[in-house]
Amino acid sequence: MSENAKKKSGKAGEPAETEQTREPAEAGAAAEAQESAEAGAAEEAGKGGESAESAEPDGADVPDGAASAESEQPAEAAEAAEDAEPAEPAEAVDEKPAAPVASAAAVPAPRSDADGVRTPLLRVRGLTRHFPITKGLLKRQVGAVQAVDGIDFDVYPGETLGVVGESGCGKSTMGRLITRLDEPTGGTVEFEGQDITHLSPGKLRPMRRDVQMIFQDPYGSLNPRHTIGGIVSTPFRLQGVEPEGGVKKEVQRLLELVGLSPEHYNRYPHEFSGGQRQRIGIARALALKPKLVVADEPVSALDVSIQAQVVNLMDDLQDELGLTYVIIAHDLSVIRHVSDRIVVMYLGKIVELADRTSLYTTPMHPYTKALMSAVPVPDTKRRTERDRILLKGDVPSPINPPSGCRFRTRCWKATETCTTTEPPLVSLKDGHKVACHHPENAPGPGTA
Amino acid sequence: MTDSDDTASGAPKPPGEGAPFLDVRDLKVHFPTDDGLVKSVDGLSFTLEKGKTLGIVGESGSGKSVTSLAVMGLHRASRRQRATVRMSGEIRLDGQELIGADPDEVRRLRGRRMAMIFQDPLSALHPYYTVGKQIVEAYRVHHDVDKKTARKRAIEMLDRVGIPQPDKRVDDHPHQFSGGMRQRAMIAMALVNNPELLIADEPTTALDVTVQAQILDLIRDLQKEFGSAVIVITHDLGVVAELADDLLVMYGGRCVERGPADKIFEAPQHPYTWGLLGSMPRIDRDHTDRLIPVKGSPPSLINVPSGCAFNPRCPYADVPKDDLTRTVRPELTEATTGHFSACHMAPAERKRIWTEEIAPKL
Repeated sequence: MSENAKKKSGKAGEPAETEQTREPAEAGAAAEAQESAEAGAAEEAGKGGESAESAEPDGADVPDGAASAESEQPAEAAEAAEDAEPAEPAEAVDEKPAAPVASAAAVPAPRSDADGVRTPLLRVRGLTRHFPITKGLLKRQVGAVQAVDGIDFDVYPGETLGVVGESGCGKSTMGRLITRLDEPTGGTVEFEGQDITHLSPGKLRPMRRDVQMIFQDPYGSLNPRHTIGGIVSTPFRLQGVEPEGGVKKEVQRLLELVGLSPEHYNRYPHEFSGGQRQRIGIARALALKPKLVVADEPVSALDVSIQAQVVNLMDDLQDELGLTYVIIAHDLSVIRHVSDRIVVMYLGKIVELADRTSLYTTPMHPYTKALMSAVPVPDTKRRTERDRILLKGDVPSPINPPSGCRFRTRCWKATETCTTTEPPLVSLKDGHKVACHHPENAPGPGTA
Repeated sequence: MTDSDDTASGAPKPPGEGAPFLDVRDLKVHFPTDDGLVKSVDGLSFTLEKGKTLGIVGESGSGKSVTSLAVMGLHRASRRQRATVRMSGEIRLDGQELIGADPDEVRRLRGRRMAMIFQDPLSALHPYYTVGKQIVEAYRVHHDVDKKTARKRAIEMLDRVGIPQPDKRVDDHPHQFSGGMRQRAMIAMALVNNPELLIADEPTTALDVTVQAQILDLIRDLQKEFGSAVIVITHDLGVVAELADDLLVMYGGRCVERGPADKIFEAPQHPYTWGLLGSMPRIDRDHTDRLIPVKGSPPSLINVPSGCAFNPRCPYADVPKDDLTRTVRPELTEATTGHFSACHMAPAERKRIWTEEIAPKL
């Protein structure tokens, strides 16, 4: 892990530099990216001092992309304030890494690994995506599906972050936002210190090389008219990359890497089974040697015995290539197996964020506890032994989520406070954050 | 020795009673295709008593759904076309033979004495009609009652499966229901005629885990209440552990292991069952670094491997002497009472492998 961290953060400045040389118009953005990357690094070192924003006016001298990014940020800040997102202030009090960007330090960028503090590869703050609901001829907005509503988290180099939740909790939308397949309506996404929240498709392109996605449906995500060779070589074509030894050789190497035969180069997707197709999808995602791979339900469409093969493959590839994963899944057993840290989402919010052991041994949020107790276990003895928490009803609509704590309508511990006040995501234990007024397994009294 | 012989010797027949409620013997369902004969189910036997739950477990293409459709009599080729399915063997429901029976006769049984819950409620419910209308239809097909009575019955059933405000929701269309509620509505429809045999084909696969827990509880409660025989078909060993009294593990169209669920989970006998257990990350055990997958992929049902169908994927294929696994198909044999498995390895050998090599790694 620490090795990966070194490798990754060492590279942090690189893409910005290459960008500068390649496309002068983007210089501003690149410069800002570099600086904020450094600011980000410094922030983790966190020794107080100037605010990170002080770095940004420098970027503003340069026209175009930087300026636009600049102008949008205050708007977001205002929006975030409107949303009355209490998670941020609370976190700011509780621990450094979660501090909002603005309050962070900006001592001229010592590389964080020198201090032994990890720089996040991906930093997400107040991320929000509301899908507008329009009505009538004039498309008047009458409401919004609050798919993702103000979430904060970091992804560190070399780790696997698991995201788990029921359907409709916003986990897939979140995945699309951090890969910028969709544009957030609020908050910020920073990749290697560069704010990518509202970058245009053209400006995103260099970033696309570093962030790749593995999709759920191995049937829908491969074009049936293209050969496997064509599919896996597309990233090279789109990015204008000529790998050593030629594209074909590289593609064949990738196919071998994911456990397929290089002879499959000229075959079509329909000739492969589900598990093999998922491997093709993985090969395509790895073609450009990405730093971050976002996998949305990578194994849920596969048979049990094949699931294990793909899980192990992803595990091996992580060790081999130093990948960072964000794995989105609904299956708690799979998430536990693959993740280092886990985010539990409910109705567009993070309800709990903790490392694996802590989350599964001492879940603090009642929802997490209920989720875990509901997982069927292949052991008939447990049928009678365990006490299962049966939640009532279904997940409420994200169009009109409950006031206060969103889980309160199904929570057995809900009180008056839960109706009126939204619980902030606070750290109750080292590396274990929970958004609940009445947490379970809370260390010591007075925490609720 | 054939499978049906096994069944005869191993069938749990209560003394003093006749045939079991559902008796399937040497069932074969083959589909002739341009590429060859697809042997979806190839010699399957099992029995089921009223009030008991049988879990059928297997991967996609193992023949589990085809089996359930065969029991329901849903494989019959339309009369105009040439036969699209070849079925043989026996399926006896309460003594009545279903294979080769008059289609009208089977249709009278279907829905009344045997009913089915499908995996995807959105495609199993008609989007154009209200939920109530569909339940009413299912009821009136088998009962000579007026619409009002049938509607009352539909509301009663919706209430029973836990739909809030059933008298209002009965007039809703399926799209107005959430996934869990649709599944409940479908269960209501299946149970409206008090069937004695209920087949649930992946009843919770499309559902979230908290809703899955609700539905599993509901199925268990309803079974207790109605005393029906239930077949649960799933790929999830966790789900069958919740519900099933008996378990049948299918691979390549055949049963590889069968027995009481307790025994199979405690000491599974077949390498494929070990593989399934090893492939699953378990939330109730300590975290392991690696899963133990089954290598390769499920076999083609056109060219099922000779000998034991599992032999290309089996890590112990070379244990039995004389290349037995690749040449001779293993028959189901009884290891302990009521617990059958089809493997060439000696039971003692398998017991040793399970306790020494497999169980500690799970």
